[in-house]
Amino acid sequence: MTDVTHFRDEKTGLLLASDGTPLKTKLRQSLKTSRRRAFLLVAPLLLFIMASFVIPILGLLWQGVSNATYEESMPRSAPIMRAWDGSSAPTEEMAAAIVADMIDARKAKTIGKVATRVNREESGTRSLFTKTARRAAKMEAPFLPALEKVNKKWTELETWQAIKIAATSMTPAFYAAAVDMKYTAEGEFVPQSEERQIYVSLFVKTIVVAGGVMLCCLLLGYPVAYLMAHLPAKTSNLLMILVLLPFWTSLLVRTTAWIAMLQAQGVLNDLFVFIGITNDDARFSLIYNMTGTVIAMTHILLPFMILPLYSVMRAIPPSHVRAAKSLGATNWTAFWRVYFPATVPGIGAGGLLVFILAIGYYITPALVGGQDGQLISNFIAYHMQRSLNWSLAAALGGILLAIVLFLYWLYDRIVGIDNMKLG
Amino acid sequence: MTDTAGERPFVHFDGVQKSYDGETLVVKNLNLEIAQGEFVTMLGPSGSGKTTCLMMLAGFEAATHGEIYLKGQPVNNVSPHKRNIGMVFQNYALFPHMTVAENLAFPLQVRKIRRADVKLKVQRALEMVQMGDFGARKPAQLSGGQQQRVALARALVFEPELVLMDEPLGALDKQLREHMQYEIKHLHEQLGVTVVYVTHDQSEALTMSDRVAVFDDGIIQQLAPPSVLYEQPDNAFVAQFIGENNRLTGDVIEIADGVARVQLENGPVVNALAVNCEGVGHKTQLSIRPERIQINSAGIPNQMDGQVLELIYLGDHIRCRMQVCDHDDFIVKVPNSPEHTMLQVGQMYNVGWQTDDCRALDVI
Repeated sequence: MTDVTHFRDEKTGLLLASDGTPLKTKLRQSLKTSRRRAFLLVAPLLLFIMASFVIPILGLLWQGVSNATYEESMPRSAPIMRAWDGSSAPTEEMAAAIVADMIDARKAKTIGKVATRVNREESGTRSLFTKTARRAAKMEAPFLPALEKVNKKWTELETWQAIKIAATSMTPAFYAAAVDMKYTAEGEFVPQSEERQIYVSLFVKTIVVAGGVMLCCLLLGYPVAYLMAHLPAKTSNLLMILVLLPFWTSLLVRTTAWIAMLQAQGVLNDLFVFIGITNDDARFSLIYNMTGTVIAMTHILLPFMILPLYSVMRAIPPSHVRAAKSLGATNWTAFWRVYFPATVPGIGAGGLLVFILAIGYYITPALVGGQDGQLISNFIAYHMQRSLNWSLAAALGGILLAIVLFLYWLYDRIVGIDNMKLG
Repeated sequence: MTDTAGERPFVHFDGVQKSYDGETLVVKNLNLEIAQGEFVTMLGPSGSGKTTCLMMLAGFEAATHGEIYLKGQPVNNVSPHKRNIGMVFQNYALFPHMTVAENLAFPLQVRKIRRADVKLKVQRALEMVQMGDFGARKPAQLSGGQQQRVALARALVFEPELVLMDEPLGALDKQLREHMQYEIKHLHEQLGVTVVYVTHDQSEALTMSDRVAVFDDGIIQQLAPPSVLYEQPDNAFVAQFIGENNRLTGDVIEIADGVARVQLENGPVVNALAVNCEGVGHKTQLSIRPERIQINSAGIPNQMDGQVLELIYLGDHIRCRMQVCDHDDFIVKVPNSPEHTMLQVGQMYNVGWQTDDCRALDVI
């Protein structure tokens, strides 16, 4: 062995390479190429995900707190309305700006959008806006009385307050609406009137349904996964194909198949009548309600529970249960105290997967849910496609995302994400 | 400690057969009696049926035919958790989600023993295997040897009268394995429990056991104390499997007073103990241990010429590979004593052995 010298910087105490540069710098340099290569390998996917996923989602979430419809179409009145305190009497300046903006907006054909936006804050103002805009070109100063002459609603403070809220592009109004609150012109949050409170109970219902589906999947999937993990490979492979078969079938086909199964004149009800569980006049309503949603979703999400459970159970050495039995444990004790705790990571993974998928499920509730089987995602879709209130849809989606992230965090705190095994 | 006449055997396999597929027998007609307090090892190559026998005794496999008796009671229909047998598994099978102390408390809790007693017994069992300070650790935080000790303590903590061990030292390195062999042996002596031990490692079997059952092909080839097994193997398989063994084949030409005269192939006529040869005119295989062969010593009955092919110096002895009777794998261990013959590669020497050291066995 030749003499090995360790170079150490006198001042910093850092280890030096033989040419005098710090060892850490040297290491970083030598790792640079491999790091750059790793980055280049994932770069295309990263770009794709950024462009097609992250940016659109961020853009949509942004709409939940920012809606510039009014400001873009009514540029003169927007700053004046924002500056107004919301409680004093409307001024001539405000009226003049609105009338001038209305004339332009009517020409640009954007007045409809503005009317819809204001209408979301105070219902009944849509027609007020379109009607007033039609006459705006002929109006003369002073504009405030002129407006009041067109429609008595212009004398009401609520109308002006609605405009003030709509004129503010950055607004918590949509998030407030998504949790059944109203954001007032004074900047306060008040509960929405009783008959318009739907979203909170809908969120609760969605969470309950997702939890119920998760529980059903666990109860149905656990024995199947157990059987698959403990059968000889040949038989378990066959079972695995049976589990995966629906996985490879179109979601739509499976959901429609459930319609054929569950409807009043469907296979299941015919069978019930045939065996005599029920009679022909009192067939069970198994579909187009919550029952249908839960049944169909449980079936569709079952593989997501079985697969993680199976892979976890596969890895449990059979000697553990044998050891428990040789130590004097009955079959049940051996299962409950030795086998079951070992499957908890699989239950966690499967449960989380099913729950998160279920909480945002759309197609199945839309097809088989009927009136009361609709979940929050169906309302998000409604606001995206029908009412075109994208900001509210974004706010609802944002809250849904927050709930999922919160549950994920809770799971991490209680079970630990490292304990999760997906396969 | 071998079975004393009149006393009921502690464990008794009576004509036990086992088949998994209904076509082949993994265990063929097993008859074995184990006395209380005995340390019996089932030794054999993998697939010889030894682990199956252990699993049948533990109750995890059902005997296809025959009956197993524990303290005179048939146990074929007794489920494993009622047999009160301690068991140490190949990969320890410690419960990963429980601490060491909880693992040890498990068999006591299922027996509904009072909490204070559980604590006491757990601590005593841990101290017995020198693991007293490790009660709060999880199995994953222990080394292989430590896990092994915990598994041992867990199998003993509920004071079973019978402990089964299924290759418990297989996963340890050589040095630790040897150390644990002595520890298990001492624990056995100290506690007086009956141990049935399964291994494929012959030195392990010889070190620890009162008796060793050599398994092959689902049959016990020989059941005997280690010294008998090594010095007086019953058949060619045992001679081959236990220790090193020189094999020479030949024809029996005469048997008188338990001594066979054998005409070696390509060699002279020699004498051997007629242990397991069929009779005059049949082929036989002679088995001679390498350390019993003498070089250049006059006055011994069986002598012939051999040429040294290779010499390996191993400190306490010299391993010499020779060509004898056209076999070029004839091994002689020459002890490194002051007066030993200085051998040289390529030279011819006279080799010989006492008739008592040479056994005429069956041909495999």
